[in-house]
Amino acid sequence: MILAIIIVLGVLMLVAAFLALYLKDLLSAIIAAGAISLMASVIYIILAAPDVAMTEAAIGSGLTTIVFLYALHLVKKEQGYKQ
Amino acid sequence: MIKRIFSLFFVILLAIVLLPLVTDIKPLTELGIISQKYANDGAKELGAANLVTSVVVTYRGLDTLGEVTVLFITTAGIGFLLRKRSNGKNKKRKASEILKSGTSFLLPLIVLFGVYIFTHGHLTPGGGFQGGVVIASAIVLLLLSDISFHTDHNILNWLESMSGAFYIVLGILGLVLAGGFLDNRFIPLGEFGKIFSAGAIPIIYSLIGLKVGAELVGIISKLGREE
Amino acid sequence: MTIITILGFLLIIIGLWGMLTRKHLFRIILGFSIIDTGIHLIIVSLGYIKGRTAPIFDIDLSTVDAVHNIVDPIPSALVLTAIVIGLAVTALMLVYVVQMKRQKGSLDISDYEELKW
Repeated sequence: MILAIIIVLGVLMLVAAFLALYLKDLLSAIIAAGAISLMASVIYIILAAPDVAMTEAAIGSGLTTIVFLYALHLVKKEQGYKQ
Repeated sequence: MIKRIFSLFFVILLAIVLLPLVTDIKPLTELGIISQKYANDGAKELGAANLVTSVVVTYRGLDTLGEVTVLFITTAGIGFLLRKRSNGKNKKRKASEILKSGTSFLLPLIVLFGVYIFTHGHLTPGGGFQGGVVIASAIVLLLLSDISFHTDHNILNWLESMSGAFYIVLGILGLVLAGGFLDNRFIPLGEFGKIFSAGAIPIIYSLIGLKVGAELVGIISKLGREE
Repeated sequence: MTIITILGFLLIIIGLWGMLTRKHLFRIILGFSIIDTGIHLIIVSLGYIKGRTAPIFDIDLSTVDAVHNIVDPIPSALVLTAIVIGLAVTALMLVYVVQMKRQKGSLDISDYEELKW
C-alpha cells in the first residue's frame, strides 16, 4: 500500500520534472516545479521526517514559486526574449 | 547536434559514476554511534521533546549560525543588485473582491499559526524556519491584495539586525554561564513537555524565526517594488 | 528506502540534463532547483530505518528505550538547513538573470559569448 503510493508519486514527480523543462509556456513550467516540491513533501512524511516535510512544503512550493513569478514579471516588461 | 550528443554522454557518465550510490547501499538497521548518543541523552540533557530541534539548535548550533549568515549575505546581495530605478510609476491592478475579503479573513489566522509554530518548536514538529516562512507568506498575501501597502524597510532592517545580534548574545551567554557556545542550560530546564522548558531553545528559535521572516519579506518586497 | 533513493537519483539526472541542453536562462535555474530537490530526497532517505517512527517524544514514544524506536535525526537536521539555503541561492540567481536581461536584452544563453574561447 505504501509502496503503491510511493510509486505513483514518483512517476508523477518525474513527469512533472519533464514538463517543467519542456513546456513552452514559462508560467506552466514554474507551476510544475512547485508541484514537484509538493509531492516531495508527502514523501518526506512517509520517511518519518515531519520537520523536513513542513519546511519543504512551505519553502519549495510556496516561496520558490513566488520568487520565480516575481522574476518572470520583472523580465517580461521588456520585449524580445526567445523561447 | 554534436553538442547534444556530448551532453548526453556526460550525463550518462555521471549516472554510471553515481550508480553505486543506489545499488550498493544496504538499508540501515541500527542507528549510528552519534545518533545513539543523541537519542540516549538528548531528552535528559537538554529537556526538549523534539530531538531534531535540539540537534539543530544546540548540538549542531554552529551550522545554524552559518546558515543564518548565508541568508543574510544573500539578502544583502539581492538588495544591492536591485537598486530602484529612477523612472518608475507603479500602476498596479486593483485586487479582486475574492482576494480582498479572503485576505481579511485569513490573515490573522496565518500569523497566529506562524507564531504558534515557532514558539512550540521544541515540543512539536516545526521551529523557527518554518514559522518564519509562514509569516513571510502572510505578508506576501497582504502585498498582493492591498495596493497601498508598503513594507517599511527601516523596521525590517532593525528587526533583522536586532534578532541576529541577540542570537549571538545568547550564544555568548551560554559560553560564559554554561557549558559552551550556544549551550541552552544557562536558563533552568523546566518540566519536560511544558512550553517553558528546554532552557534557551524557545528563545533562540523565536529569534531565528523573526530573522528569517524579516529577511524573506525583505527579498519579496524588493522584488515586488521594482517597476 | 531504496526506491526513494533511486527516485532522487533520477531527479538529479533529469535536472542535470535540463541544465545542459536548454537555452532559456529560466529553465536552467529550474533545472538547478530540481537537482536540489533530488539531493535532499537522497539524504533524508538514507536515514530511514524500517518500522520506526519520527524522533519526537510525546505520549506514544517514551524516552526510555528511544534508541530502538526512532529514525536517524541527523539527516533531517542537515536537510532542514539545506532547503533554506537552496531557496536563498535560487533567489540570488534569479536576480542575476534579471540584471543580465537589463544589460543585454536577451535571455538566450548563446548570446553571452564573452567568456567563450
